[in-house]
Amino acid sequence: MNEWTMSGALNRALGDALVEDPRVLVFGEDVGRSGGVFRVTDGLQAAHGPARVFDTPISEAGITGAAVGLCFAGWRPVVELQFDAFSYPAFEQVVDHVAKMRNRTRGRVDMPITIRIPAFGGIKGKEHHGESPESYYAHTAGLKVVVPSSSLDAYRLLRLAIADPDPVVVLEPKARYWSKETGELSADGPGIGEGRVVRSGDDATIVAYGAMVSRALDAAAMLADADGIHARVVDLRSLSPLDDELLARCARETGRIVVVHEAPRSLGVGAEVVARMMELAFDHLQAPVARVTGWDVPYPPASLEQHYLPSVERIVEAVRAVSSY
Amino acid sequence: MSDATEIGDATERALPGGGAAALSPEELRGLLRWMIVARRLDRECIALQRQGELTVYPGFEGQEAAQVGSATALAANDFVWPTFRELAAAIVRGVDAVQYLQYHRGTWHGGPYDPRATRFGPINIPIATQIPHAAGYALGQKLDGTDAVTLVYFGDGATSEGDFHEAANLAGVWRLPLVLFCQNNGWAISMPTAQQTAGEIWRRAEGYGFPGVRVDGNDVLAVREATAAALARARAGDGPTLIEAMTYRIGAHSTADDPARYRAGDEVERARAGDPIARYREWLLASGAADAAFAATCEEEAEAFAMQVRAGVIATPPPPEAWMFDWVYAEPPAGWNRMRDEALG
Repeated sequence: MNEWTMSGALNRALGDALVEDPRVLVFGEDVGRSGGVFRVTDGLQAAHGPARVFDTPISEAGITGAAVGLCFAGWRPVVELQFDAFSYPAFEQVVDHVAKMRNRTRGRVDMPITIRIPAFGGIKGKEHHGESPESYYAHTAGLKVVVPSSSLDAYRLLRLAIADPDPVVVLEPKARYWSKETGELSADGPGIGEGRVVRSGDDATIVAYGAMVSRALDAAAMLADADGIHARVVDLRSLSPLDDELLARCARETGRIVVVHEAPRSLGVGAEVVARMMELAFDHLQAPVARVTGWDVPYPPASLEQHYLPSVERIVEAVRAVSSY
Repeated sequence: MSDATEIGDATERALPGGGAAALSPEELRGLLRWMIVARRLDRECIALQRQGELTVYPGFEGQEAAQVGSATALAANDFVWPTFRELAAAIVRGVDAVQYLQYHRGTWHGGPYDPRATRFGPINIPIATQIPHAAGYALGQKLDGTDAVTLVYFGDGATSEGDFHEAANLAGVWRLPLVLFCQNNGWAISMPTAQQTAGEIWRRAEGYGFPGVRVDGNDVLAVREATAAALARARAGDGPTLIEAMTYRIGAHSTADDPARYRAGDEVERARAGDPIARYREWLLASGAADAAFAATCEEEAEAFAMQVRAGVIATPPPPEAWMFDWVYAEPPAGWNRMRDEALG
């Protein structure tokens, strides 16, 4: 059994995909010689050559548009857009072409593109380095959007994303790149579109994704110790598609739901989770679904980010509130 | 760059005929035939729009030489990325016109024909966004070791977009087998080129590290020659070329546009006096490669083709509702399938 950082597990996922499928290409800014600003592509160019793993000019729209053209030529591109806010220059390409090209061509041309974006906050980054862009992408039909929360699942999700015939946006939580998990790397297990229960419990459910999963787990542990409340923790993993079955089952079995994300509250993924709960399991809910989220403000500077990010204490308070409703 | 040159002259009325030597009489006649067929089809499309058989249609009258001259220079395995105004190039490349016009009939989006089989990319509206696609495709061709070249069309207005710059820069850095073909038709909807850019478009190539060429886009032979040279250069592994073909949009931006609001009538009349088809017909007949009877045959063919396309367009039914859902995902999610069932009953 090996211990893996998320960065290391993602690196292995890319390396294994490059070995298994000769049509896989990995490219982006600083991914070649430097190995990526978070070392996710470290050593890949040396191992697989500069034709398979290559650096690009600072050109997010160009990188993403080139990936579209490469798909027409039968390649399977895995691109890195270096930071959350740096994905915005590529937005037109993502929404107008990556997401729609299969539909535009009546299924004749698939877009098996993986767009990796180091995302979210919590690492005392500069402005434009801590954003949560998931709603922009999850709101776009044709895309799939996944967010890993741990090393082993990061490996699995990235392998699944690369193998997927549809375009997948992989939002990698920067705050978890150096977190460690012990186990064997494998693409087997829950697929894209499936969430997973990472802590069992029947009193309430905390729904989270990305770096908020570990905070949800800390909150659940605190609630069990201090309050005797046994909260289940669900790692959504896949924001588009969402796992309706799992969400409905948690509503039926626990009746009390708290959804947690870093993104601003309004029109966030939490709003969609609340709506699904209403549609799928309204009669089972014993309390209004609560949201613990970032605020509707620009992501704050490093010295204020802990006042923005959902804290363990805020999650605990929300679970207490839905439990005593 | 020292190898940036000008071929032809946009202000020159007489055809230089420089590219004629490389072409057979049959090829020379083919250029006239395609231009006549394309113009007749374009006018039929405008009529079809006026009659409610097509939605908004962007005409290309005046740009026949630029499109036919460039598209006929391509080899069979080359790949073209068009904008929304390349119907002439499309039919030259063998795209079925009725299938193509499903786009303007509003029965499907930009890829109603098979882009891989026709080697003609989807009709593209978001300005300049097809240029990075072309760069990526050219990279894919290069990685596969083929000798195929990619040609991408765009207009003068597209050169103001970031995607033009990013793709041209990638093409230069990666020395891609790509021909960047700008049809400078003088207008981007209501904006004349002088308000679009203070410089000359072809000269930008120098900044990207490859040659730029300005050519009289209304001289079909000059266009053909410039394109053939750029294709040969790319095929030899020497990288991209930017061609600026100086032409003119005689009609409106689209059937929804009224150019009387922004441009003076005498400008259009001056352009009509330099009509690319009339010029070439005169030259071709004088060259002896064709006679008046051939030109008359072309007109008859064009008429028959336009009527055939008209019938095909009118016979194209609205698509089934299910088409909204049929190709969104290769592997549709379960919850999404439930929404599909809700919509389709």
